Amino acid sequence: MKKRSQVLETVVHGVFLLLGLITVGCVLLISVYLIVSGIPAIRQIGLVPFLFGKTWASTAAEPSYGILPFILTSVYGTAGAIVLGVPLGFLTAVYLAKVAPPRLKTVLESAVSLLAGIPSVVYGLVGMLVLVPGIRRVFHLADGASLLAAIIVLAIMILPSIIKVSVTALEAVPPEYEDASLALGATPIETYFKISVPAAKSGIAAAVVLGVGRAIGEAMAVMMVSGNVPNMPTLFQSVRFLTTAVASEMSYSGGLQRQALFSIALVLFLFIMLINATLNFFLKRNQEGDK
Amino acid sequence: MKKIITILCAVVMALSLFAGCGQKADDNNTAAAGGTVATDGSTSMEKVIGALGESFMEANSGTTFTYNPTGSGSGIQAVSEGRCDIGLSSRALKDDEKASGLKETTLALDGIAIIVNPQNPVQDLTLEQIAKIYTGEITNWKDVGGEDAEIVRIGREAGSGTRDGFESITDTKDVCQYRQELTSTGDVIATVSQNPNAIGYASLAAIKDSVKALTVNGVAPTEATVKDGTYLVQRPFVLVTKEGAALSETAQKFFDFATSADAASIISAAGAVPVA
Repeated sequence: MKKRSQVLETVVHGVFLLLGLITVGCVLLISVYLIVSGIPAIRQIGLVPFLFGKTWASTAAEPSYGILPFILTSVYGTAGAIVLGVPLGFLTAVYLAKVAPPRLKTVLESAVSLLAGIPSVVYGLVGMLVLVPGIRRVFHLADGASLLAAIIVLAIMILPSIIKVSVTALEAVPPEYEDASLALGATPIETYFKISVPAAKSGIAAAVVLGVGRAIGEAMAVMMVSGNVPNMPTLFQSVRFLTTAVASEMSYSGGLQRQALFSIALVLFLFIMLINATLNFFLKRNQEGDK
Repeated sequence: MKKIITILCAVVMALSLFAGCGQKADDNNTAAAGGTVATDGSTSMEKVIGALGESFMEANSGTTFTYNPTGSGSGIQAVSEGRCDIGLSSRALKDDEKASGLKETTLALDGIAIIVNPQNPVQDLTLEQIAKIYTGEITNWKDVGGEDAEIVRIGREAGSGTRDGFESITDTKDVCQYRQELTSTGDVIATVSQNPNAIGYASLAAIKDSVKALTVNGVAPTEATVKDGTYLVQRPFVLVTKEGAALSETAQKFFDFATSADAASIISAAGAVPVA
């Protein structure tokens, strides 16, 4: 009898192992596929001309494949979204975690969750029909599709991740810390910013990194508002991101062009790996801090 | 011991997954026993030829229709080397291609409308003016009879059939200075309808009331003007075959179907102007 239950146990273990392996297998498959299909174009074009070339003309009679405009656009766009989104998200998180009355907090938190649930194509559509014409009128430009439009859309899109992770970090601060500060005569706001926030700082840093990851990987929404022309990035010019470079040309591409698109995806993949490694670093420090 | 059994279980289950896959592939092969039609060529013809191929396969069960989107040049080369049954070209054959023994049959015409915002007072542009606008020689609407405002040039992404068609008709290949490169006809129309200074191009069949189609050299883009050739921003969709060489039975059947009057509604539904 005992033996039978042991066998059952083992079989269940096997099933779980298999399910776990499927996830790992997917990650491995994608990584290997990206590397294998991304390397040939880089070898043919050359690493330096590929990464630092300033012109992308994949279908021209004499094609050139320089992705520096895409890399810089992705970096600037993400940085811009962080500059706009982090203060807003961080202060909202402080308010939600510490200041807001419980009923208001419930309403606000469900609004934030709703914001996270909106599909990115809807962000893009609203951006295209409202934000882009708005930017054109406000700044008296000929056309509003620009890096700025993409930054604003991305800033709004990363808000939910930043707010949620920061709220969790702030709520995990032991109440004793705050009680001690209040008992010493600090005002509540002083306590939040001088005690709670520093105590939650690695969690908040993780929130920011998560926002960076979300912003750099977004394709659909930015494709609809950024204009997609491979210019070197300036705030009011039409620009193309790493993600949109892959997405916009993939459907009709062939030959070296298609391979180069895989190489762009590989570069994007490396960027995101780097961000994930940073995220893990902060999360690990957070756990060690708790101990 | 326990660990080994666990791993064995996992391996067996993983293998059974693959076994399932193999089974399916076999099924597909047996289904392909009927005749085949291989087409190769223009990416712009994807919609038209795809729609034709689908209804052809529906009407003749057992036959397989394949389409290899490689571009007009490669398609013409493929048919002359016998690598496919029918080549697809979105331009008329050149004289030397005809001399080498290839025959063209025009399947349909593709009209490309030049669109502006309804608020724009400009009604007509010549083909030269359009080319100059897109290459950046003309940058202000007042130079072509409009208001004093910068022209915003909207186009399609590299590799798009409409872009390829527009640039080859206006002779502006690789020199267009776009302000925006959008990935669908719908996006182009939406953007032009939002910006009073924008100009764009889109397939004739897709034009909506939210934008204004310009007349080119005085001719309005309609099915009739595309058909009689007076509207200039158009190109033919051509089926390329070898002169003298007989098509396989299935390929001939497809050829007859595609050029028949029955196929006309399928072609217009796919956004082109049928000639049959």
